[in-house]
Amino acid sequence: MIETIHNWLYSTMPQGVASIVEMILIALAYLGFFAIAGLFLVLMERKVAAWFQLRIGPNRVGFYGSLQTMADALKLLSKELTGTAKADKFLYNLAPYFVIISALMGLAVFPFTKDIQAFDINIGIFFLIAISSIGVIGILLGGWASNNKFALIGAMRSGVQAISYELSIGLSLLTMILITGSLQLSEIVEVQKNGWLIIQGHIPAIIAFMIYMIAGTAETNRAPFDMVEAESELGAGFHTEYSGMKFAYFFLAEFINMFIIAAIATTVFFGAWLSPFGITESIPWLGVFWFLGKTLVLIFLMMWFRWTFPRLRIDQLLTLEWKYLLPINLVNIVIMALIVWLNLTIKF
Amino acid sequence: MERYIFYIVAFIMIVFAIASVSSRKMLRSVVYLLFVLMGIAGIFFLIDYNFLAAIQLTVYAGGIIVLMIFSVLLVHHIEMELEVAKISKQLITGLICLAGLGVFLTTIYSHEFTVVENSISTTTTDIGTKMLSYEAGGFILPFEVISVLLLAAMIGAIIIAKGEKLEDGRQETED
Repeated sequence: MIETIHNWLYSTMPQGVASIVEMILIALAYLGFFAIAGLFLVLMERKVAAWFQLRIGPNRVGFYGSLQTMADALKLLSKELTGTAKADKFLYNLAPYFVIISALMGLAVFPFTKDIQAFDINIGIFFLIAISSIGVIGILLGGWASNNKFALIGAMRSGVQAISYELSIGLSLLTMILITGSLQLSEIVEVQKNGWLIIQGHIPAIIAFMIYMIAGTAETNRAPFDMVEAESELGAGFHTEYSGMKFAYFFLAEFINMFIIAAIATTVFFGAWLSPFGITESIPWLGVFWFLGKTLVLIFLMMWFRWTFPRLRIDQLLTLEWKYLLPINLVNIVIMALIVWLNLTIKF
Repeated sequence: MERYIFYIVAFIMIVFAIASVSSRKMLRSVVYLLFVLMGIAGIFFLIDYNFLAAIQLTVYAGGIIVLMIFSVLLVHHIEMELEVAKISKQLITGLICLAGLGVFLTTIYSHEFTVVENSISTTTTDIGTKMLSYEAGGFILPFEVISVLLLAAMIGAIIIAKGEKLEDGRQETED
């Protein structure tokens, strides 16, 4: 189907226009899909929360509450956009777009199947790290421009957290890059045809995966690392003053970031669209289901964290990163380098 | 099409660069500067030098600008506005900037640029091997010197942050 649209575009329009139109169409498809996927992630979070707390959760709108978050989104769209009188209006309005755009840009590089990958850039993973380091600016700006002390404290905490944990994410992914020898996501998947990287790299890969999941949870500001919006201390943290659609942007960005963290883990550790033992190798389009399935399992893991661990204090959070995760990570990289050098990786 | 994208990016960069130095609100200046730095990253993407573009985004946009925003958050209140400099100072700064621009433009226009027909994108493998090669044209020496320099800077920062010890060995109360 994609092929026919591609051919039709190039046959009816001059080449330059056709390529621009094609880019816009792809962007719109991604945007539509992930806006709705984000809503269903919110629903999943609520259902998982209910399950962990022995409640029923949303169950009125649609089949077993399946349309609840859609209704919530429509409600948020129609709400008034409030703001504070003494806020810095320009930065206040700019902040949500920073957060949502940097979240959406990251989605472009994931290989959903062998053929569905919008942007196969040769620095794949590094591009994702670069993009994710920009999102925090939106949070800092939003917190400062609200002219609200709780928002400011929330934003500062978020900045500290993001800067520290970015290091762990980068280093744990670097550990895996030692096996693949390439930053390009499609090549990383290619390497994993001999076994997923978490099996190829065995012990150091599992340590790297654990560090990655801890740091990823912290990077998305989710419990147990949600000091940014610790309700009991800070109200709603950096988005205290936001309402309506702008709040919805922050909220959606949080869930898309969670999807990105899980999708990176799927791609780097669990073979992206490759099926286990190659059972569906003859049907390539099934890759989408494997990719999304693995990602959803990892997202469920992050939700599981949220309802299992109590919230850390800010000093405990920084101690965890700088005194434990970082040294473990550095040693882990050396071990991984030795394993790759001595050819001790497990390959099928 | 690339030519138009270049002109759009360059125009955005110039507008935000001017806005950055002329804004009277400190944090807004920082944000305008961020847009300029992102524009530079965009130009690196345009010439297919993806690695440098990502470095630009991580180091400048994600690192330096975040640190700048942090320092602004710590010292600056939202209602404060920066003073406007005296006319004489503005004039002198303007003249110096024009002189600098003149030097740049004369060097750029006096240089003979050769047009490369088929461009190749630089991969990280190329950069890595060049960086660690000790043959002619390799960059092993500057690479090592920079790493030693960074180590020294890091130790210096730790010593400054640690503060002085009092005579009888007690730590200062601030610690």
